[in-house]
Amino acid sequence: MAELGINIAGLKFKNPVLTASGTFGYGEEFTDFIDLNRLGGFIVKGTTLHPRQGNAYPRLAETPSGMINAVGLQNKGVQYFIDNIWPRIKGYDTNVIVNLSGSSVDDYREGARMLNEVDGLNCIELNISCPNVKAGGMTFGTQPEMAAQVVSAVRQTFTKMLIVKLTPNVTSVADIAKAVEGAGADAVSLINTVLAMAVDAERQRPVLSTITGGLSGAAVKPIALRCVWQVYHAVQIPIVGLGGIMNATDAIEFMLCGARAIEVGTANFIDPAVTVKIVEGISEYLDRHGCKDVNEIIGGLKV
Amino acid sequence: MKKIEEYRIVANLTQNDRLYLLRISPAAPSARIEKCEPGQFVEIRVENDPSVFLRRPISIHRVDYEANIMELLIQKAGRGTNRLATLKEGDLLNIVYPLGHGFSIGSNRENYLLVGGGVGIAPLLELGIELNNHNKKVTFLLGGRTANDLVRIEEYAKYGTVWVTTEDGSTIDGYDCQKGFVTQHTGFKDGVFDAVRVCGPLPMMKAVGAKVSTWKRVQEPDFCEVSLENKMACGLGVCLCCVEDTKEGNLCVCKDGPVFDINRLKW
Repeated sequence: MAELGINIAGLKFKNPVLTASGTFGYGEEFTDFIDLNRLGGFIVKGTTLHPRQGNAYPRLAETPSGMINAVGLQNKGVQYFIDNIWPRIKGYDTNVIVNLSGSSVDDYREGARMLNEVDGLNCIELNISCPNVKAGGMTFGTQPEMAAQVVSAVRQTFTKMLIVKLTPNVTSVADIAKAVEGAGADAVSLINTVLAMAVDAERQRPVLSTITGGLSGAAVKPIALRCVWQVYHAVQIPIVGLGGIMNATDAIEFMLCGARAIEVGTANFIDPAVTVKIVEGISEYLDRHGCKDVNEIIGGLKV
Repeated sequence: MKKIEEYRIVANLTQNDRLYLLRISPAAPSARIEKCEPGQFVEIRVENDPSVFLRRPISIHRVDYEANIMELLIQKAGRGTNRLATLKEGDLLNIVYPLGHGFSIGSNRENYLLVGGGVGIAPLLELGIELNNHNKKVTFLLGGRTANDLVRIEEYAKYGTVWVTTEDGSTIDGYDCQKGFVTQHTGFKDGVFDAVRVCGPLPMMKAVGAKVSTWKRVQEPDFCEVSLENKMACGLGVCLCCVEDTKEGNLCVCKDGPVFDINRLKW
């Protein structure tokens, strides 16, 4: 049996399998299907400083091998999360990571400050794929300077492990990764969803209330693998890979491209027990390839 | 407790040009069907079609716990439901169930009106059966465009009085049939029923809701419940795609519903 444990910025994960924010709720919704303690970690639904209702329905469009969502970060705010949800979920024997989004640098800084004070909360994932309302709605993560500015601001108030989640909707994801590395990120996770659109030809209308949204699922894996590969050659900090991982083979592909850990997202909707199957599948792969330790395959793509 | 389970098709019975009935049973020899509430649904995985990525949510039509058989009445509405229509006896089906929360059955309510339209009649059969088990009085008010749209009426008749409405005036032998919409049926009136349960196309449910909201008892909790059907991804209340804008903000149809007290909605 191969060793599955990994270490990112001093935080130990019993295995490389995490769940992606927005696809796993707060973990509790999956306890009928899997033992949450078998995961390397789970990343909870994105929080924002202030409560958000999110976008109008419809928020979903099915696409070949995928789906587009335009949920709009519906959540009850950081304070509600700290008071009501964190106490229920912090006790799991796995890393519970909080995802934080924001509409302004100040929101990010303040949200991070509040989370920094929470006992037992060791890691946040920063979602910078949000529009900067003070800069005409330009997405933070699409400009290296803005991305670095957000990360620097969060670093002023958050001292624990910081993963920065990158958007693929850029010309050079490697440039964004370098910028956030320079600003103090401990790790990067990529990719967030791909900007996309769906049309109802019969009604001659967009399917989503917001017209465009984020594409996820199996369809985006080739884009995600390419991004992980490019970022692996651009930064020193560890990479968490996500984007269309549906099974253990997909997870292995991300690790060969340089990801030290992976997140499973949309696949949870198709099979709520998929995460545990992926943990077991990674183990089988390592045994089959004569690897004693999962760290042997990280970045192991033979080029 | 929710489960992901392999089921086997026992039978696939065409009901009309758009509706079909799947009879399914757990594939594992010793597995028994979980107890489901009327109004709950299953999420079915559709294989072999890359354009069908997500599961399809289908309401539970009936569960025969003794025979260990679940029945699903399905309409061919798109790629997913059209593919499921091709399944044959012996084929496997992967489902996640039971999902959502179902219709309330109140101890202080005796006389129930169950209003259904089109394939929306599906969950009302299991509700009628469960109400019978609780010795309640059941009236089914079932509407369609034509008589051909209304299937399995003889099953419903085993569990209550059946009233039928058709828009074109066509009739089903042996049943009280009136021309028009369900809201125009002469039996659909205030002061008779202790509870109203509705499932069908949104315009039909809104029309029923508008009428019922003028009835004296509508403010009572659970007097009138409707079953909503928003587009879903996870079916578990985590993705927040299927939300309905209610008086309490955005609620998930898959988890906080699909059954809602009409007083919670912004209709």
